[in-house]
Amino acid sequence: MSAELKATGSIRRRLSLQLLSNAALLTLLLVFIVRSFAQQLAEQSQDNILMASVTSILDASAIQQGELIVDIPYSAFSMLSNLSDDRVFYRIDKNSVFLTGYDDLPNPTSVKNTGSPIFSTETYQDREIRMVTASRRLALENQPVELRVSVAQTRNGQDQTLGEISRMAMLFGGGFFAISAVLALFSAQSTVGPLRRLASAVSRRGPRDLRPVTDRVPAEMVPLVKSLNQFIERLKISLTRSEDFIAEAAHRVRTPLATVRAQAEITLRRVEKDENRASLKEMIRAIDDSSRAAGQLLDHAMVTFRTDHLEQSQIDLAALVGETVDRLKAVAELKDIDLTYNENDPAKISGDAILIQNAVRNLLDNAIKYSPMDSRVSVELVRQTPWVILSFHDQGLGFPQTGAAGLTKRFARGSNVAGIVGSGLGLTIADEVARAHGGDLKIANNADGVGACVSISFPLS
Amino acid sequence: MRLNIVSLVLAAATVCVAPLAHSFEIEHRQNFASKAAQPVTLRILSTADIDLFAPLILSFQAENPKVAVTYHAVSSTELMRALQDEQAPYDIAVSSAMDLQTKLANDGFALAHRSNETNLLPEWGKWRDHVFAFTQEPAAIVLSAKAFANLPVPQTRQDLISVLRDHPDLFRGRVGTYDVRSSGLGYLFATQDARTSETFWRLAEVMGHLDIQLYCCSGAMIDDVSSGKIAVAYNVLGSYAMARRDAKANIHIITPQDFTTVMLRTALIPTTAQRPALAGQFIDHLIRAAWLDETTDSYPFPDINRDPLASNTSLRPIRMGPGLLVYLDKLKKRQFLNEWENAILQP
Repeated sequence: MSAELKATGSIRRRLSLQLLSNAALLTLLLVFIVRSFAQQLAEQSQDNILMASVTSILDASAIQQGELIVDIPYSAFSMLSNLSDDRVFYRIDKNSVFLTGYDDLPNPTSVKNTGSPIFSTETYQDREIRMVTASRRLALENQPVELRVSVAQTRNGQDQTLGEISRMAMLFGGGFFAISAVLALFSAQSTVGPLRRLASAVSRRGPRDLRPVTDRVPAEMVPLVKSLNQFIERLKISLTRSEDFIAEAAHRVRTPLATVRAQAEITLRRVEKDENRASLKEMIRAIDDSSRAAGQLLDHAMVTFRTDHLEQSQIDLAALVGETVDRLKAVAELKDIDLTYNENDPAKISGDAILIQNAVRNLLDNAIKYSPMDSRVSVELVRQTPWVILSFHDQGLGFPQTGAAGLTKRFARGSNVAGIVGSGLGLTIADEVARAHGGDLKIANNADGVGACVSISFPLS
Repeated sequence: MRLNIVSLVLAAATVCVAPLAHSFEIEHRQNFASKAAQPVTLRILSTADIDLFAPLILSFQAENPKVAVTYHAVSSTELMRALQDEQAPYDIAVSSAMDLQTKLANDGFALAHRSNETNLLPEWGKWRDHVFAFTQEPAAIVLSAKAFANLPVPQTRQDLISVLRDHPDLFRGRVGTYDVRSSGLGYLFATQDARTSETFWRLAEVMGHLDIQLYCCSGAMIDDVSSGKIAVAYNVLGSYAMARRDAKANIHIITPQDFTTVMLRTALIPTTAQRPALAGQFIDHLIRAAWLDETTDSYPFPDINRDPLASNTSLRPIRMGPGLLVYLDKLKKRQFLNEWENAILQP
């Protein structure tokens, strides 16, 4: 009975989403930084080249023969085309009086007389322009002359460069994001890896495997695995206790039952009234039933214990089956059942002889019990390397058409055998023994449709 | 039918009224009519001689029969005045004065044009998608064959200086060049020469001593050399000289080996253009004629050399760009002209 588990989200998905959004955020940041850096760089280089232009004009001006000569060098403007094909404007003022250039070019908005160049962004002819203004003082006839030069450029080239760099940044960002996304998915996958491995290791275990989990796990999972191991330990103790309890109870019940049965037998001999005899016989039958159940409970407890600590020794299965068949011949004869055993070559297997004998006895007991009077039970031993298969055929009711699979469960009984004494533990014991030895138990009806066929297989050693 | 007639009359009326009052001087006008019922008119303002330029217009009309072309030939300074000061409504401005064309584009008097054809141009063949080059025309020295019959034909400016110095009597009053004060192209050639080499000033001094004749245009100089009136014409458009088949026998065309300034004739679309799209088509036509490898008969200029420096190290194509604005500066121009007058105009 497993409770329906409700999953609240997935660690992997959450991790992937988180990593992806981190990557997206970083990508945006990267693009933004590259863009603003590029803008700064583009502005800087335009400012530098404008400054160089202004400086070259200022340097080329001089006082010659009492006259201010402003001789714009060819390079002053031609150098501006190295960076971009932007439009060029300039004006030259002498003592704040327009001398040459574009007289409608705006003066820099903040005019400081500090002598340091002024970098400004202005609007001229409806275009944004970048302008550098610098001045130089000369002496003309003992009067100071201030020569001011402004050189300006439109910013198309800068916008174009910026656009290209932005596109590149976008492209890089996209690539960066794609790589991050792949890595994010990969790391999310690998993070949940140990969890998956633990889950599959635990679910791969057999039903009786209650060993503690010893797989190597990451530190974060150690508390979980510790709790799991403690839980397994408690479960194991509790199981052992209940099985001990059952075995003890069965043992304690069986001995007094034997006494009660003996007394009932004695009393049966003494009483003569038919109705008293009938009820005593009924009593004995019930006592037999109980003692048989107690015996099988004990068997089962023993099987459980021994399969947990399986002793391996070389067994001749053929001989072992022969012994058991001989022992139960008497019981079979009580019902006039013809019990045959087709013994083949010796079949050596390795295992616990007591367990295997127990399983064989239980299966043979079942076959005899469910057989009608005066019928036949045959036991066959067949070697099919690497297996040895032992099968029991009877002529009884067989297994019900539906639900034969569940019969190896504890206390499960066929729907068609309600009138026959039985505990429902026989098949369980045989099944557990077969599994403990790496073998298998198969139940089916005979091919001719009459009676059941139970076969138990063990690996040959 | 009636409507058509009315609209025709109206169209005629607008055409008649359209010629504007203007003060710039048009040297020559020519209309290239279209046979189409309702032609669209492309107005070209150009410094190129109409006879030279006509094949390009005719081939354009062959491809676009609906287009009529009005061609006004002006000097480069007048072209500048027309567009800058008077905002005359022309669709195309073609000029040999690269500096003035550059200034028009720089000062916002030109429209941008981008097409598959403009992508064909090398980086140095256009500026800002506004100014497009469609010729390469060297500034040549044209000599009278008769005058140099018994003299070594000079191949460099230095040679020319020597010849002029050695035979002052032969050349007095028989040396000609542009009057750079009135000719935009002459000014461009002179400033580029001055920028390239000091030899220019020495040559100017020598020519100044020989009572130099000053001309407005290349055509007149070639005429005078051909007729023998003058013996040497300095800084003549080589393309015009080569196109003059009648004068071939009488002249030597020298592209100086020390350096030859190469002018790129350029076209642009003024902001005043009435039909900028059609103007764009015409510029594409010029570019195709000039830059595509197959030479067409309708291209009247020397073939374009895509890599001028690689084939001939003496060729100096004038670089388009803001550098050309420098010599247009008021002060700079005054200084240059002063210097030029001091050298050339000697009493």
